[in-house]
Amino acid sequence: MDQIVEKPETLIGKPIPKPDAPDKVVGKTTYINDMVLPRMLIAKIKRTDRVHAKILSVDISEAEKVPGIVAIATAENSPKGLIGVLKDNPPLKGDKVRCIRDEIAGVAGETEEAVDEALNLIKVEYEDLPTVFDPEEALKDDAPLIHDNKPGNLSLTFDFDHGDIKKAEKDSDIVLEEKYELHYVTHTCMGPGCVIADFDTHGKLTIYTQTQYPYNYKMDLAPALDIPAGDIRVIQPPVGGAFGSKLDVYPFEPIAVYLAKKARRPVKLFFSREEEFIASPTRQPARVYIKQGAKKDGTITFRDVNVYLNNGGYTSWGATIPAVMMRTMTGHFRIPNVEFHSKAVYTNNPFAGSFRGYGNVQATYVTATLMDKMAEELGMNPIEFRLKNAQKPGERTPQNSLLKTAALADCIKIGAEKTDFLEKHTANVAAREKPGRIRQGIGIATSIHNAGGAKIHKSDGCGTILTMDDYGRATVITGASEIGQGIDAVITQLVSEELGIPTSDVIIANNDSAIGPWDVGVHASRTTFIAGNAARNAAVKAKHQILAAAARQSNVSADQLDLRGGHVVQKDNGVSVTKLDRLLRAMHFAGDDAELVMVSEYYEPPSELEDKNHVGDISAAYSHGAYITELEVDTLTGGVKLHKMTCVQDVGKVINKLGIEGQMEGGIAQGIGYGLSEELIIEEGIVKNPNFRDYKVVTAPEMPEIECHFIEDDEETGPFGAKGISELPCIIPGASIANAVYNAIGVRFDNPPITPEKIVRALHGDKVEAAE
Amino acid sequence: MSAKVDIEFTVNGAVRQVSVPADMSALDMLRDQLDLKGAKEACGEGECGACTIIVDDASVCSCLMYAADCDGRTIETIEGVQTVDGLDPIQQAFVDQGAVQCGYCTPGMVMQAKHMLAKNPNPTEGDIQRGLEGNVCRCTGYRKIFDAVAEAARS
Repeated sequence: MDQIVEKPETLIGKPIPKPDAPDKVVGKTTYINDMVLPRMLIAKIKRTDRVHAKILSVDISEAEKVPGIVAIATAENSPKGLIGVLKDNPPLKGDKVRCIRDEIAGVAGETEEAVDEALNLIKVEYEDLPTVFDPEEALKDDAPLIHDNKPGNLSLTFDFDHGDIKKAEKDSDIVLEEKYELHYVTHTCMGPGCVIADFDTHGKLTIYTQTQYPYNYKMDLAPALDIPAGDIRVIQPPVGGAFGSKLDVYPFEPIAVYLAKKARRPVKLFFSREEEFIASPTRQPARVYIKQGAKKDGTITFRDVNVYLNNGGYTSWGATIPAVMMRTMTGHFRIPNVEFHSKAVYTNNPFAGSFRGYGNVQATYVTATLMDKMAEELGMNPIEFRLKNAQKPGERTPQNSLLKTAALADCIKIGAEKTDFLEKHTANVAAREKPGRIRQGIGIATSIHNAGGAKIHKSDGCGTILTMDDYGRATVITGASEIGQGIDAVITQLVSEELGIPTSDVIIANNDSAIGPWDVGVHASRTTFIAGNAARNAAVKAKHQILAAAARQSNVSADQLDLRGGHVVQKDNGVSVTKLDRLLRAMHFAGDDAELVMVSEYYEPPSELEDKNHVGDISAAYSHGAYITELEVDTLTGGVKLHKMTCVQDVGKVINKLGIEGQMEGGIAQGIGYGLSEELIIEEGIVKNPNFRDYKVVTAPEMPEIECHFIEDDEETGPFGAKGISELPCIIPGASIANAVYNAIGVRFDNPPITPEKIVRALHGDKVEAAE
Repeated sequence: MSAKVDIEFTVNGAVRQVSVPADMSALDMLRDQLDLKGAKEACGEGECGACTIIVDDASVCSCLMYAADCDGRTIETIEGVQTVDGLDPIQQAFVDQGAVQCGYCTPGMVMQAKHMLAKNPNPTEGDIQRGLEGNVCRCTGYRKIFDAVAEAARS
């Protein structure tokens, strides 16, 4: 009797729980912060309390005498290599300090108590230097110089122009000119910063790290250590969040290595929460001057954008965010003439790194609120004006992004229909004139983001090795990092789908650079797309090998066979030809013809680098989203209560329903924080609110209802049609909220977050001043 | 070095006797002396809930409690929630509903949810949101955690 294996329902689009979730819910997962190695020392950093000062002396003599202290690293006794995007950051500062987080010494000891005591005994003498905190002030001729070799305090500049904005301005019927001040926010990963460094007796380094880019991390770390990149093995234990904060090498990591080398013992260096707030990279703050013109009929004529980025003391990835910011400024909606100029300027503030959304959070806050302002000036409604300027499928942006499946107009239309946007919008404006304390508001914002990787390095690829054991299990060794976002679940699902085996029979190995093939890192919403393609292609290769072997054993040709439910079956009738595990053993133990199923795939997306003028189709696909916020404003207290966010996003194809919704909701929470409550307050270079009490992330009661509508347009280059999705949810909400607040109370806030205090000052400014 | 205090208490059903420094937190005692590393220190100031444990019938930020004050008490940590039969319904719901991403807040969330459901077995969505207000999650946006707690309440 033939065994028939029915064709199972596809796994694509199903809610598949994360494979790491069970261990996490029982408290079994060993995060890097939980790790203890034999003879491991505890280490911390002595930081400066000045924002700009010459270091006259560092005296560690008393600190060294503390019982239990094993090693102290200072600039004087450590390697001199530099880190950072422009290699302008010595991990330990010897000549001067440039911002409040600066590292003077690392101390390693047997106990935390001994280390704390020693830190207090390190004496540093300084000579204070003149300070500058504002990027435009720092550009002036008489401004204090932060780095001697960086004239004018200039870090990085980006310039793009297309068409003729001067002529376009003359031809415009209306022109709006606005200034935005975009603030400091920080990641607040729940797992504070932590690293463990350990040398073997060959002098090779194993570093346990929270990094989200393990392969280039070696390249960036090596120059600071005086060892070859090839002698560094990167191990990525589970981490408590990243969100872009771990895309660079930061000083604490080489400092831990210096200490491990000196002590010849493993060293674990970790942050307190206060230190996490002060000494982590921030999102890049930006001052944006923007001018936009339009014809009476609503056709946008030009944009002219000038951005000043407060770089802080050193250059990490924050200074490079214009690369992404520019794509939205120049290419979101049809902008026929456009100029974009940005300057990242050194100051004595803490420095910025990369953060989910990467410049597009700022760009979208500006452009999406400006679109609303201009619609109102033109006497058009926010939907009509946007649809008038939305690109159609197949158009290219001035920077040459090909909008193959541009679903912008669909996103806007669906969002407006699902929410009765226009009726509510009109009613809310009318209601402003009536008495009442509580005002209702509705607002829309849209954006675009790369959704098929982003070619900013020479390669945007991901390597994958897939092997099958004698029992029908697949091990997938992928370069892609799991940092909580759920790529393990996605890869499991894709491989399972191709090989016809249960998800529980797929094992993912991806936390050791000595084993994994190269990947550029978790960033740019790229992992499902790039690593997903690599894993799926590897699975297809494995399948071909298996079916070829099955064909040789049976009288059925390979193209008539399929993998289903752990069997090789005849495609048309599901009759089992052999069990998969039995076939794998037969292949393995076939004497002279022995073969293992062991395939590899290096996937490089079909995209191109920008040229020196920033023209290039950097992503294999782009995605649009339209998010509509409904909220109420208490005009007495300034409190904003979010009711609902309706999110329409062009996602290509849903792979894991739980994963995509989780990425949407989590991104939205961060986006809400950006718009309403989160701000790292920095005064004269000092972080004033380094704790969760005063830095207000979104908590459970503030979370609105979220309704997601996914447009599935099957991106031809994506795995099963999927696009990358996970940054737009963080990018759009802030602007959507700002537009809804305006709809409620008729006041614009070009300086988020829109706190109750700002609302009260705007509505009752005279009374507030009188009371003060 | 502060004075040592000898204490005896029940943790996850087992009686333990330990000697702790007078200024040690319950969290450090659990993690460093008893090797119960499920509870996390994410702020150390009682502001994030990642270290939540249940002491007698109260949910507590263990970073704010002295280890010495555990004397004579009954403590449940995340390691004590799973039974020989498998995951507790709350834990299973967190897995099934996608309520876990990085998972660093998860032990505290599960303990707080367990405590909430013990006090209020049929919570409204508002009850769930208010019940979890002291627990910060930076990954999930909470919606799937609400779903998980509601699912656990139904089962």
